Amino acid sequence: MAQDMTEKELLKMELDQLKKEVKNERQMVSKTGKEIKEYIESMAGEDPLLKGVPEDKNPFKEKGGCTIS
Amino acid sequence: MDQTFLAIVFGPCDKCSKEKPLRPVSVKSEQRSYCSLCVEMMATEGLHENETLASLKSEAESLKGKLEEERAKLHDVELHQVAERVEALGQFVMKTRRTLKGHGNKVLCMDWCKDKRRIVSSSQDGKVIVWDSFTTNKEHAVTMPCTWVMACAYAPSGCAIACGGLDNKCSVYPLTFEKNENMAAKKKSVAMHTNYLSACSFTNSDMQILTASGDGTCALWDVESGQLLQSFHGHGADVLCLDLAPSETGNTFVSGGCDKKAMVWDMRSGQCVQSFETHDSDINSVRYYPSGDAFASGSDDATCRLYDLRADREVAIYSKESIIFGASSVDFSLSGRLLFAGYNDYTINVWDVLKGSRVSILFGHENRVSTLRVSPDGTAFCSGSWDHTLRIWA
Repeated sequence: MAQDMTEKELLKMELDQLKKEVKNERQMVSKTGKEIKEYIESMAGEDPLLKGVPEDKNPFKEKGGCTIS
Repeated sequence: MDQTFLAIVFGPCDKCSKEKPLRPVSVKSEQRSYCSLCVEMMATEGLHENETLASLKSEAESLKGKLEEERAKLHDVELHQVAERVEALGQFVMKTRRTLKGHGNKVLCMDWCKDKRRIVSSSQDGKVIVWDSFTTNKEHAVTMPCTWVMACAYAPSGCAIACGGLDNKCSVYPLTFEKNENMAAKKKSVAMHTNYLSACSFTNSDMQILTASGDGTCALWDVESGQLLQSFHGHGADVLCLDLAPSETGNTFVSGGCDKKAMVWDMRSGQCVQSFETHDSDINSVRYYPSGDAFASGSDDATCRLYDLRADREVAIYSKESIIFGASSVDFSLSGRLLFAGYNDYTINVWDVLKGSRVSILFGHENRVSTLRVSPDGTAFCSGSWDHTLRIWA
């Protein structure tokens, strides 16, 4: 538990973690950023909060005005 | 000739217990008597201790520098540059569509049921309530034995809820539809931490729960037996939040803490696979981006940030000079284009994830927004506040 560890133990834990992470594989932001953008564009059409949903289709927009399936 | 005599005390040394001439020594403002050998040894140990601590610190600093260098090599563009030609978003009209009233004190946490309509919420007053958000009716309510129920979660089946807080535990309550339901009687204690429970989440089934705690750890538990399956050590202070990766991405989760770090964990090995330390203060909320390739965070430093897991770096900061209060809770819209963030200044800011700009600011709550989640099908989002209410926005 972090609350029970001494400053030295906490530092050692951090050091071990850093040594591992330096070796991680990484990709270029131009590539990964593009993939994020493409994911959004592919899903945007189905995003109700983004595109808006007609009043009669969204159960939250019309109080008591829809049937529950 | 003058001769000054020092009164020599002879007796058992406070450290080695040997009968020797003793010297008075002050240790943390207490008077002790040590023999000269022990005094010398402690002086050298003290020196070593300081040297080791200092050398550990400088090693950590230099490793952090190296990590930054490696990450910088792949930082060829900013996210908003990649998104330059993406169409800007228009005006958003989002309003409160429902207000859920019934808690007697600050709402601290909420979660949606997979049926996209039921909601569980927990409060400082010790109450956990299950609501039908369409009708605003309360369907179930239970009073916990502790106040400050900081975490609650709905089971994937919709048949149970989990919650906990200052009791240091995470308990599971099955939901029944009996007329005179006594929820407290069916309570099952699952997780035990040595400090407060800050977050909990069922995994893909009702059988396992992931918890985060003020004791600095996260843990995975078997619900049926209460057995600890895996523990996750690495945070240097309280863990405040966690989020499970979307099931397609595999067995990982992200946590955020008071050590300003966000850490990504492998659930099977218990190892931290990546960590990020770019916030200037506590991280109150973490949420995976819908594809699982990134996650967002909200912090007391008044910013929200996006971390790209494959580029292994922060790729966007959502902030404004006018926003000076901490962000308590974040969630993405279905496509990941919008990031909703609740703040301690009572507002909800809506951010364009790609462009980094704010597209809307929502007013309504009369106190801090403490929790925020988008519904499972993305048709609405719910916010909970210290003003005792929850609001559904669409």
